[in-house]
Amino acid sequence: MIFCNNFIKEVILLLIEIIPDKCDFCGCCVGVCPEDAIELKEAEIKIIEKLCTNCSKCVWSCPIEVLKFNSNKIALEKV
Amino acid sequence: MKNEYDIIVVGAGPAGSIASKFASEKGISVLMLEKDRDVGYPVRCGEAVSLAGVEEFVKPDPKWIAAEITKFSFISPDKTEVIIPFDGKGIILERKIFDYELANLAAQNGTEILTRTYVNGLILENNKVCGVKYEFRGKQHQIKSKIVIGADGVESRVGRWGGLKTHSDFRDMESGIQITAANINVDPNTCYFYWGSEYAPQGYLWIFPKGNKLANIGLAITGDIGKKKSAISFLNEFMNNYFPNSPILSSVAGGIPFTPTLKKIVNPGIMLVGDAARQINPLSGGGIISGMIGGSIAGKVAADAIISNDLNKIYDYEILWRERLGKRHEMFNRIKNGIYKFSDEKYNQIAHSLVDLPDEKRTLGNVAKKAVINNPSLLIDVAKVFLK
Ligand SMILES: Cc1cc2nc3c(=O)[nH]c(=O)nc-3n(C[C@H](O)[C@H](O)[C@H](O)COP(=O)(O)OP(=O)(O)OC[C@H]3O[C@@H](n4cnc5c(N)ncnc54)[C@H](O)[C@@H]3O)c2cc1C
Ligand code: SF4
Ligand code: SF4
Repeated sequence: MIFCNNFIKEVILLLIEIIPDKCDFCGCCVGVCPEDAIELKEAEIKIIEKLCTNCSKCVWSCPIEVLKFNSNKIALEKV
Repeated sequence: MKNEYDIIVVGAGPAGSIASKFASEKGISVLMLEKDRDVGYPVRCGEAVSLAGVEEFVKPDPKWIAAEITKFSFISPDKTEVIIPFDGKGIILERKIFDYELANLAAQNGTEILTRTYVNGLILENNKVCGVKYEFRGKQHQIKSKIVIGADGVESRVGRWGGLKTHSDFRDMESGIQITAANINVDPNTCYFYWGSEYAPQGYLWIFPKGNKLANIGLAITGDIGKKKSAISFLNEFMNNYFPNSPILSSVAGGIPFTPTLKKIVNPGIMLVGDAARQINPLSGGGIISGMIGGSIAGKVAADAIISNDLNKIYDYEILWRERLGKRHEMFNRIKNGIYKFSDEKYNQIAHSLVDLPDEKRTLGNVAKKAVINNPSLLIDVAKVFLK
């Protein structure tokens, strides 16, 4: 998603990270995601970048701390 | 496999299997699709149910009964224990076998079943659902049906694709974690519930015995609490404090939507059952029996709609569910909203007043009455539930 004003282009990336090999594929995060941005197969979880709004509801709901909000990924670019 | 089915059920949990069983026993064609390799595994559940609830659908079989429950024990934050005889009988299931058995029951009635099949979309024609898209062994497929029943559990996406709002607010979703541990020395016929901020704020911690000193130990907290401290941290602390030397045989995470049923559980060509419809009891978090009840009603109604060639009849399911359990769950939800927000002092006060009661007066109804004594707005609901 890209927001522009005259001087700053803020590139908002997917800020939610899945810590590798930690997920139990329980579906709790899918159940709270308001954007339907999480896809969960038998043993595979993925966040659909174009749908995610970085609201963090999945992070707060994960029982075993698999998801992380990573603010370091916010990139600011001058235009 | 056929090219088209009367009904496709997505998800082979208890709600899906029972919906399939009730639909296929009326002679119509039913296909049940499950994303996992095995029906019934992994088990994301405390496995506690009432015997009477199970008996409505299936004859009890010792091979899926791990323990029989005759008492509840409530433990307050200051560790006061109140023991209450269970009015009726509870059981702790061996869900791995139980879920398998339910799917088998559906199969014996004619349901076809395909596992490792991930449903990733719906076929829509003129705003009506008429089939599913799925991935099987890396390939995309489509299959048509007159009705799709979404039994895809807490992570349900099927309903959303069919225009129904299935997601839960994170404050209403209980994040659950559970282990099965060995060498747990508790009474083998008692279910234990721990309340308060040390154990599981805005939720509760449970110990359900499974025989041979095994027990399911788990807890659930809301996403609101999870913002500050995760469910797994609470459980690790509890195990370190209470059972530091108990080997852990398995552990699972899971979500429990503690809400009343969704406002809409039917749209043209689609019906939702079980956790997908949020049919869980919002006070206890029990969803096996209520999911089976929802599944049975939906399966029957769907089959009747197909047999009578009037698909609009599927809307009867919403009315029948509301009459059977939906309204009751709304009441449970109001009681929960009162009880789950109690302070530790309030839980202690209630426990102290209950331990003083003679045995015959220690009933679940009295627990509830004590719990609402300082919260009169809850009294009417409690009276309706327990004093009938
Ligand atoms: C930690 C924990 C403890 C619990 N303890 C208890 C308890 O003691 N007693 C009780 O009564 N209830 C308990 N519950 C709740 C209970 O487990 C659920 O209410 C119950 O399993 C709901 O049944 P269901 O059939 O609706 O869904 P599920 O049993 O979740 O089944 C849904 C199925 O759909 C499949 N699926 C999902 N998406 C797709 C897709 N896209 N394609 C194909 N298949 C899909 C899933 O793999 C799953 O097999 C507990 C829950 C948790 C998490
Ligand atoms: S951050 Fe919000 S939108 Fe993104 S996946 Fe999580 S819950 Fe969904
Ligand atoms: S809630 Fe956590 S453990 Fe469960 S599927 Fe989501 S990321 Fe995985």
